[in-house]
Amino acid sequence: MKKSSRLKQDQDKELVLSLYRKMVLIREFELKAKEVFRSGRMPGFIHVYIGEEAVAAGVCEQLRQDDYVASTHRGHGHALAKGIEPRDAMAELMGVVTGCSGGRGGTMHLYDPEVGFLGSNGVVPPGILIAAGAGLSAQIRGTDQVAVAFFGDGGSNNGAFHEGLNMAAAWNIPVIFVCENNLYATEMPFSKATKNTNVASRAAAYGIPGIQVDGNDVMAVYEKAGEAVQRAREGGGPTLIECLTYRWFGHHEGDPGISYRTKQEIADWKERDPIKKLRNDSVTGELVTVPEFQQIDEEIKEVLKDAAEFALASPLETESTALDHVFYSPAD
Amino acid sequence: MSHTNVISESFAEPSMAGQRVITYAQAGVEGVREEMRLNPDIFYIGQGIGPRGGNFQQSRGLWEEFGEARVRDTPIAERAQTGFGVGAALAGSHPIIDIVFMDFTLEAMGEIVQQASTIHYISNGRFKVPMMLRAAGGGVRSTGPHHSHTFWSFFAHIPGLKVAVPSTPYDVKGLIKTALRDENPVIFIEHKGLYGSKGPVPEEEYLIPFGEARIACSGKDVTLVTLGLMVQRSLDAAEILQKSGVSVEVIDLRTLVPLDKQTILRSITKTGRLVVVDEAYASCGISAEVAAVVASEALDQLDAPIIRICTRPAPHTFSPSVDSYLVPSVDRIVEEVSDLMGKKI
Repeated sequence: MKKSSRLKQDQDKELVLSLYRKMVLIREFELKAKEVFRSGRMPGFIHVYIGEEAVAAGVCEQLRQDDYVASTHRGHGHALAKGIEPRDAMAELMGVVTGCSGGRGGTMHLYDPEVGFLGSNGVVPPGILIAAGAGLSAQIRGTDQVAVAFFGDGGSNNGAFHEGLNMAAAWNIPVIFVCENNLYATEMPFSKATKNTNVASRAAAYGIPGIQVDGNDVMAVYEKAGEAVQRAREGGGPTLIECLTYRWFGHHEGDPGISYRTKQEIADWKERDPIKKLRNDSVTGELVTVPEFQQIDEEIKEVLKDAAEFALASPLETESTALDHVFYSPAD
Repeated sequence: MSHTNVISESFAEPSMAGQRVITYAQAGVEGVREEMRLNPDIFYIGQGIGPRGGNFQQSRGLWEEFGEARVRDTPIAERAQTGFGVGAALAGSHPIIDIVFMDFTLEAMGEIVQQASTIHYISNGRFKVPMMLRAAGGGVRSTGPHHSHTFWSFFAHIPGLKVAVPSTPYDVKGLIKTALRDENPVIFIEHKGLYGSKGPVPEEEYLIPFGEARIACSGKDVTLVTLGLMVQRSLDAAEILQKSGVSVEVIDLRTLVPLDKQTILRSITKTGRLVVVDEAYASCGISAEVAAVVASEALDQLDAPIIRICTRPAPHTFSPSVDSYLVPSVDRIVEEVSDLMGKKI
């Protein structure tokens, strides 16, 4: 990072620390979730986001609390980056009443209206449509809110991608489509799933900007997301951003992820750790010192320790409320 | 007994004498217009519902009044229409998603069943999904296999969805207004064979609550529970049967969810016989549900087996003769009810 004025440097430092904090929070959350899952105490199954932290952190750093995010089955990172409290998210993974969805949703149905989080999702990829719909609502209501849809390379080959991008583009909706291209849809290599592996290039089909970015470079993601968010806020319509990234682990916890990927490939991507990269770049640029990073690491570890204890100590929903909220009632 | 499949021109009821008479389509427009004027959060999207005013004139004049921002034509993309609707509802709007032909709701089934119906419950009540999905079901004049379906039972099967099927212009206006004040996903299914039918509709505001069936005609010998286009056919059959000394009570369900069990059970207590007339298929349909409710809650009141008169189990066809054989006609209702009474007698 180039040295500039003192003020600029302070701003840069603040930004780096904020991005770093988000990424470490996601990383530590996922490590803690894996640990609890492996202990056999967590119901269901989880898809962890480790390796892709720069995408959620870089994009969500550009959003306001009243902006919207619709996410995927691999959604813990998006939820945390958008502002769901680690306690609320961890409790939801445990299916307990203190979770952000009261324990009813679990990992793939994290919801929080307070921070505009319109859900992680068990289906690929209706989040594209849900985010665009939230953007449409903002457009009709005349606010300058924007919406972000996260989805994977797998989602880009689904019909919702075409219908959603086409209609959002035709209507100039304030929405940013963020494709996390991690090269595999479960076990299906992207190169076998499509003849055009450049997702960003597909934007041309809809007449919107399409940008490809190193999804492990949080500063690059942050910068490109900023341009897209600004364009959407100012009435310039949707942008498609393809972030090239990689999940370090299997599709879900318990999938070793090595029957369809080589160990070498996994090792190469681990070398490109987004957290390590930001740390190294910032230390080399003399923007942040090693102890400053270490302090964040320690703080976050405590946050996650607390979140896990909170989640594990919380009760499950009782049968007496099992039929509440099937329908909305104004009396509720 | 000719013209048994012709839709009656008027649904005038004695109590409504002197009322203004408009069509079923006009009544729907009026209900939507009133609610859109009251509630700025409502917007309306669908195919051909803008300047064209809807394939069935079901949105005529709304685009002119509310403009492109709130009344918008969509591409042929039912999944996007519906998914955008869900997202907009989560963000505080109240969308009307017009799928136009009921058959095409299938293209959006994931968004309706996996997203719209679940989010309020799964978010533990933190989000609500106020949206109305509007579609026209049923066959009319050889609309064939892709434009004739009556999928209301699919939706009634799913917790979290409300399902309304109005049969008269009066009910369209009253129910559509209720649908637009309900902050749940409502599947609002009109019958394309009824859009041109006329009936008395008050100009002033009124609402018809969900879950209150209508006794379309009173009788004492047999109860016909029905909905949609089949209400009029059942009434026509009742008139014919009356001449043979059979007194028929016709119950128009109006809404499948919530289902007005009490009105059905009260009627069975009086008549002792249940016939369900449904344009949908019998298997796993609302006719099976009504039969099950009566069998489990009023079996001792029944004097005869429950009869279901439904569209015969084959795809809808273009062939006018075959289609009129498949879909329940006035003749068939008369015949089956006569048989039932004959067995009793």
